[in-house]
Amino acid sequence: MNTNMAVCIAVIAKENYPLYIRSVPTQNELKFHYTVHTSLDVVEEKISAVGKALGDQRELYLGLLYPTEDYKVYGYVTNSKVKFVIVVDSSNTSLRDNEIRSMFRKLHNSFTDVMCNPFHNPGDTIQSKPSAAGGSAVHSTLRLTPLMVA
Amino acid sequence: MADETLFEFLHMEIVSHVYKEQQSSKGTMDNKDRAVCVSVLEGMGFRVGQGLIERLTRDSPSFKDELDIMKFICKDFWTKVFRRQVDNLRTNHQGTYVLQDNKFNLLTQLSNGKQYFDQAPKYLAFSCGVVRGALSNLGLESVVTAEVSVMPSCKFQVVIQKLS
Repeated sequence: MNTNMAVCIAVIAKENYPLYIRSVPTQNELKFHYTVHTSLDVVEEKISAVGKALGDQRELYLGLLYPTEDYKVYGYVTNSKVKFVIVVDSSNTSLRDNEIRSMFRKLHNSFTDVMCNPFHNPGDTIQSKPSAAGGSAVHSTLRLTPLMVA
Repeated sequence: MADETLFEFLHMEIVSHVYKEQQSSKGTMDNKDRAVCVSVLEGMGFRVGQGLIERLTRDSPSFKDELDIMKFICKDFWTKVFRRQVDNLRTNHQGTYVLQDNKFNLLTQLSNGKQYFDQAPKYLAFSCGVVRGALSNLGLESVVTAEVSVMPSCKFQVVIQKLS
């Protein structure tokens, strides 16, 4: 089944430890953890490059971090220096840049909601479970992103 | 119009509750109790500041430097939280900033001059925490204190802690 979904989503704290990482369960999860971990170097590079750039538009979306033979890795950093990493299947050539951007927006919105949850302490791993009514949990993004092509 | 004052009322109740709780065991409050109350309020503000800043910076581009962050705090953040902008921002360019608000909205209901002057710090602790929490989530550890000379004007002093 080739749905337009991310195969892995990770939320990394500003101190570079994972707050939340979920991948499609059929795949080898450890491989994704490793991919996300190595992508952090590229994220750091991009963040420091943006700082030196002369242009004023400093976007939160970092774009394609690096392609491997099976996967493409995209990055995004918030103003609170929390990083989001999304890994998609390379064979999904139909996934366009703005779809990835909208996935990141949804992820950012869910993350903001989690931050405002009084039971969540900033810096802890994200524990919220997906709720039935399409609740704010970050987890729901993995299911509903971005266009579930039947 | 009433929704603007909802938080002000809640804040007053929070302050009075925290002080009553601390006082319940003994009849009087000594300085240590007062310090505990202030840090409880500040701690609450800290957590609120962290969550708020996540929401408020969601759409803004990333900040160039420390001064950019402080300007954001003085304009957009202050407007969203306290419904006005900071009137004056001064800095020594070495990590110390003084934000002056001449009509701080959590103090306007208290007095217009020197009356209740000694009660003012209680009502500023939470706001100091909010600022500190906001800065912390933007990557700046700081110490935030407030001083009042004539209400409702007050000055917040922010000292950014440099990582050594």
